[in-house]
Amino acid sequence: MGIKSVLLTATLTLGLASSAWAQERVVNIYNWSDYIDDSILTDFTKETGIKVVYDTFDSNEILETKLLAGGTGYDVVVPTASFLQRQIAAGVFQKLDKSKLPNLSNMWDVISERIQKYDPGNEYSVDYMWGTTGLGYNVDKAKAILGTDEKPTWDVLFKPELAAKFKDCGIHILDSASDVLPSALAYLGLNPDSHDPDELAKAGALLETIRPYVRKFHSSEYINGLANGDICLALGYSGDIFQARDRAAEAKAGVTVDYSIPPQGAQMWFDVMAIPADAPHVAEAHEFINYMMKPEVIAKASNFTFYANGNKASQQFINKDVLDDPAIYPTPEVLAKLFTVAPYDTKVQRVVTRLWTKVVTGQ
Amino acid sequence: MQKFIASVASRLVIAVPYFWLLIFFLIPFIIVFKISLSEVAMSIPPYAPAFDLSAGWQGLKDSFGQFSWDNYIWLVEDPLYYKAYLSSLLIAAVSTVLTLIVGYPIAYGMARAPATIRPTLLMLVILPFWTSFLIRVYAWIGILKPEGLLNQFLMWAHVIDTPLNILNTNTAIFIGIVYSYLPFLILPIYSALEKMDYSLVEAAEDLGCPPILAFWKITFRLSMPGVIAGCFLVFIPAVGEFVIPDLLGGSQTLMIGKTLWSEFFSNRDWPVSSAVAVVLLLLLIVPIVLFQRAEARAQESEK
Repeated sequence: MGIKSVLLTATLTLGLASSAWAQERVVNIYNWSDYIDDSILTDFTKETGIKVVYDTFDSNEILETKLLAGGTGYDVVVPTASFLQRQIAAGVFQKLDKSKLPNLSNMWDVISERIQKYDPGNEYSVDYMWGTTGLGYNVDKAKAILGTDEKPTWDVLFKPELAAKFKDCGIHILDSASDVLPSALAYLGLNPDSHDPDELAKAGALLETIRPYVRKFHSSEYINGLANGDICLALGYSGDIFQARDRAAEAKAGVTVDYSIPPQGAQMWFDVMAIPADAPHVAEAHEFINYMMKPEVIAKASNFTFYANGNKASQQFINKDVLDDPAIYPTPEVLAKLFTVAPYDTKVQRVVTRLWTKVVTGQ
Repeated sequence: MQKFIASVASRLVIAVPYFWLLIFFLIPFIIVFKISLSEVAMSIPPYAPAFDLSAGWQGLKDSFGQFSWDNYIWLVEDPLYYKAYLSSLLIAAVSTVLTLIVGYPIAYGMARAPATIRPTLLMLVILPFWTSFLIRVYAWIGILKPEGLLNQFLMWAHVIDTPLNILNTNTAIFIGIVYSYLPFLILPIYSALEKMDYSLVEAAEDLGCPPILAFWKITFRLSMPGVIAGCFLVFIPAVGEFVIPDLLGGSQTLMIGKTLWSEFFSNRDWPVSSAVAVVLLLLLIVPIVLFQRAEARAQESEK
């Protein structure tokens, strides 16, 4: 066999391979890290023959930057709804073809209605998971300081005399103005969704009073911090704190972490599935989203992530310890007190950024 | 004819690095500079005007007309930015001096070690690069935190009673930068010292020069090119450092890398972050060029 024939065979094989490639159906998913039970993806491939290429990110900002740069090649992405809104405005997403999503009938109207604040008519997105922004705490240290078994409220963080008592064991706060200022507004009894610079300044001033007791503003370090017992109080995302709780339990080092939805009201967030406008496999993306709305599938995802989902029909398949945990599925009274917040426009955003830098750096 | 070919060939050889710089430095810089003159917009890409080549020459001219210096004016008006620049320069300068204090004796020791073990020593300096930079910085969290290895050791040795609060302070940033950039300083100094002719020092000592003065007047002077190269290799990346202050520093540390990050990712303000980057580049390039000119002039006058 001469060189020529070897080359010829090679080209032929390549040609065959690439035509087989073209027939293979693929869906490219970009989701948060640690956010799905892998067996869901293999089951999906088994059922539909569609190969899943799964990629992960760990912050909305990274996802948004990629989407705004364009040409990501992803078919399904999972931004948080507050980010989704401006991404829709920027023309990043395409409208969903609801005729291809019959499982939409399984969705939970309470959640879908709240998401309409960001995505009117739920035209671009379907909820994957949702949760709250509240307080993670070290159970033993909080009990020793507060002298009670009751779950901490915003008082513990926003009353300087109480926050001071947590200074030595360590307080972390999310480094994200849009997640923290609304909670401060809620504690002050103001409208958490206020975009009024004067009211935002009041929230900023409140934060400055407790600034001396905060060890760090950071959006992810508190997971390890709580789990290791390095810190004892954190304003963070529910799911992150459940992760810390599980890690602490696995480590068996005597650290117990728990999560509290402060009764004064807490911010809700929604991670939603959406299809980029330039997605290469639109049909497969719809099939995937529809599959994720099957009650038993999304229930499996919730059992894995310890987050609530926006699928009413799935609740019968969700483990008791998830469904009955009021920190995951809040009682109707608490649910009524949860709020959503619209993103700031460019002008207010600059004011907020300035204010936030002042709070965080103390200058 | 042969001469002609040789000169073309040598020009071609010189052209390669210039071509490299053009593609990987000048063109990206022009793109960043262009973005810094635009405005934020809710679109893909998130700024306007974006160059649209399909609109032809007229379209290009129109988008040039829309450029403005507003973002640079914004940088000047808000004290946040110059505070961040100043504090970055300060942190980088302190770290560079500290790295030099730690690194120079190591490089000197290596250069004076027996020739047989020098390759091993060199290997030991390079060895940490085999582990990811990020993991090595993370490891420092474990060492420096209040219940970390360092505090446990110091308490065990009864040096201190209460844990030192090092993590989340500027001290931790200095430790992180010195640790991470040490090899970049050691290697150029080592290569300068290794080539040095030590009989010069011996001659000085024979003529009655005290060892410390001989070191200062001969060894240190001759290693200057290495010291300068090493200091630049530490100082320049340290100014824009983001990972080390984010992981080891506290929230109160204001550095330009972090400011750039939050403008770009949190505010999705590509134009302002591009302006921040352009100013940072100028801030670093101008002193380097001035320094090189001074060096060149000094060399001229020596001849």
